[in-house]
Amino acid sequence: MLRIARELVDEIRAHARRDHPDEACGVIAGPIGSDRPVRFIPMLNAARSPTFYEFESTDLLKLYRDMDERDEEPVVIYHSHTATEAFPSRTDINLAAEPGAHYVLVSTREHGNDADPTEFRSYRIVDTEVTEEPVEIT
Amino acid sequence: MAIEVRIPTILRTHTGGEKTVQGSGDSLSALIDDLDARHSGIKGRLISDDGSLHRFVNVYVNDEDVRFTGSLETPLKDGDSVTVLPAVAGGSVARKR
Repeated sequence: MLRIARELVDEIRAHARRDHPDEACGVIAGPIGSDRPVRFIPMLNAARSPTFYEFESTDLLKLYRDMDERDEEPVVIYHSHTATEAFPSRTDINLAAEPGAHYVLVSTREHGNDADPTEFRSYRIVDTEVTEEPVEIT
Repeated sequence: MAIEVRIPTILRTHTGGEKTVQGSGDSLSALIDDLDARHSGIKGRLISDDGSLHRFVNVYVNDEDVRFTGSLETPLKDGDSVTVLPAVAGGSVARKR
């Protein structure tokens, strides 16, 4: 299960809405081993694409350096789908490289830039196995 | 010749859980061969079937992405620091890896 604060859910939704029609992406870091998402870090989608996202390489290095220095890890890795449901695609599954993270997906297919997306779902992706999990908003 | 290599979580199964390992080699390619000799299987996670660096693995030498410094031919020297990070990427449409 993912337990996450309302403000962080709203940050993700607002980011997805803002970047639509491109996919939005980012991380919520938290203390190592805590499973607690705390620090919201919106990332630039280097692909600037409605169908693909990738953290820019220099940003990626800086992100991991910063987390290391703060004894954090990526607790949530989020991105948006802009025309399809908030479910991991084959690409998402093949590229998922943080088995400890909650992969959050939102979909802007319904509201685009007009309103925050309502679909907000969370998954574990381990060795290409996807398991959806409940989300508890605190 | 000692080069410090930072290993991402997902590859630590090959290093007995170690975050940092030491290696040697005068190029990135040689370093990866050296690492694979002691941490079996790691080469296959970094290099694709065509022999090039995997598209969705980022390797940095002293904070410089090796894609801009010669990829696997990037020269290395004693004291260099190498960081391996899998890309954080995905998307709604399948792309060829």
